Amino acid sequence: MIATLAPETEIENYTLNFGPQHPAAHGVLRLVLEMDGEVIDRVDPHIGLLHRGTEKLIEYKTYLQAIPYFDRLDYVSPMNQEQAFAIAVEKLLGIEPPPRAKYIRILFAELTRVLNHIMNIASYAMDVGAMTPFLWTFEEREKIMAFYDDVCGARMHANYIRPGGVALDLPAGLTERISDWADKFPKVIDDLETLLTENRIFKQRTVDIGTVSEAEALAWGFTGPNLRASGVPWDLRKSQPYDGYDQIEFDIPVGKHGDCYDRYLVRVLEMRESVRIIRQCLEKMPSGPVKVNDRKITAPPRAEMKSSMEALIHHFKLYTEGFKVPAGEVYAATEAPKGEFSVYLVSDGTNRPYRCRIRAPGFLHLAGMDAMLRGHMLADVPAVLGSIDIVFGEVDR
Amino acid sequence: MTRPASPLEGLSQTCAHLLQALPEDVISAEIVRGELIATVKRASIVTAVNFLRDDTVCQFTQLIDICGVDYPERAERFEVVYHMLSMKKNTRIRLKVTVGEDTPVPSLTGIFPSADWLEREVWDMYGVYFSGHPDLRRILTDYGFEGHPLRKDFPLTGYVEVRYDEDQKRVIYEPVKLTQDFRSFDFLSPWEGIQRLLPGDEKTAPPPKPGGA
Repeated sequence: MIATLAPETEIENYTLNFGPQHPAAHGVLRLVLEMDGEVIDRVDPHIGLLHRGTEKLIEYKTYLQAIPYFDRLDYVSPMNQEQAFAIAVEKLLGIEPPPRAKYIRILFAELTRVLNHIMNIASYAMDVGAMTPFLWTFEEREKIMAFYDDVCGARMHANYIRPGGVALDLPAGLTERISDWADKFPKVIDDLETLLTENRIFKQRTVDIGTVSEAEALAWGFTGPNLRASGVPWDLRKSQPYDGYDQIEFDIPVGKHGDCYDRYLVRVLEMRESVRIIRQCLEKMPSGPVKVNDRKITAPPRAEMKSSMEALIHHFKLYTEGFKVPAGEVYAATEAPKGEFSVYLVSDGTNRPYRCRIRAPGFLHLAGMDAMLRGHMLADVPAVLGSIDIVFGEVDR
Repeated sequence: MTRPASPLEGLSQTCAHLLQALPEDVISAEIVRGELIATVKRASIVTAVNFLRDDTVCQFTQLIDICGVDYPERAERFEVVYHMLSMKKNTRIRLKVTVGEDTPVPSLTGIFPSADWLEREVWDMYGVYFSGHPDLRRILTDYGFEGHPLRKDFPLTGYVEVRYDEDQKRVIYEPVKLTQDFRSFDFLSPWEGIQRLLPGDEKTAPPPKPGGA
């Protein structure tokens, strides 16, 4: 009888290529998955397909020319990153932006947070099978990008937050439009939640998937919503407030389980808090200048240049030579929508940064993919990838 | 343990504690612009990071960042800079280690898994070797890339460029051809104004400063 049995075959692990061109890879990510049947044994993310050498390029640009590069890192949340760089330069220069500029910065930082989170939730929902949130939230994104357009003339790559303040004051009527939007936006979050929060399919795909414990999240260097979803109440806006966040009342949503579902919930609640912050900014915003009154650092207004020779010289020098930053080094961290985005700036006293290290939160989140995905099924890859909010502009830099 | 009155006071506490606990390993520790910066002996980096993580006064439970800085004029040209964060104390610390081109730095992967990719990036960008790293591959640059792009002597334009070749039906690598020479504008010099020293002036002695020396 034994002879009739089929010969025993050894099933070996096989490797599977996920990407670099995959709709659920959120850009250009190549995952080399070692599979044991349908179960993942090991994940090896190959990144760098969008590497543009930002840090090297910045070493060859003046401080003012470096700002647009920050828009192009995490292209879903441009202004938060400009803010980190501006704060780093300000720390070295020893200047502080005027109060109105700070409120404008917070206002747009929070608008950007909403911009980022709705993009993430929508694309994440689409990764796990829900199409409608994607269509609904992109309308909201357009509205916020219209505010970007109003304030700086570009929908995405703003180049708006500059060392010493912001580029221009808010145009007339913008605060009313933002206030109008802030009235209507909570309804959009409610609608989004009716589609997802108690959705059976969405919960089946996300609850208890990619669970990260508190200790793991700390060891892997997680920051931002991914850290808070694991139950660590840590937000730089509260603990190390910058640009006047200490004047504003808001709460920090914290998760419990550290799974994909909690990461989603934290982001939804953060959007509600952002709307609260935006309301307070609009109420409290004082009038006054929007950049420091130092012509050696910020450009004079156009009108002044028509009549003042000195203003013209200042403008010319600022946009050719740029300003010089005293030698030294500084570390400026901000709570970007994805986590701790920070800039480590080394200056040698000239008009160009000697070294500008950009700490992108997504880099370490992606490094934790291997630990998060081991033992999961192949279909969980897009769910985990979507939930940690990866954008390759900042991961690859 | 009482809570420090201000963040700066907490920092100076940590600074003094670090110098006292690891006198052999820490070369210097100081607070500059409200940031705690410590230079550590290269061989002691693992000891120092372990101490900073586990000590009750420090509790730097998160390794936030590792990066390199290149100073070609120095004998040991690279600096590896570690940033750690203590959530309990709400403080940060910056550790620095100097290293030459051929000497390795002990890897921190045994203490913090986040060090894995961060060290790979420093290796990729600067060519600093980390001993004891389980998987020190390149991370951001292309497969088969040569050189370490963030070194100061690596040209901004790089050495090779890629394009799709229609005849060979594949992507090929070629030496960089610039249609115009690479220009690096030095705006610093013309705006310094007139140098007050005219040729020949160095022969006359400078006027003695009031108060001597």
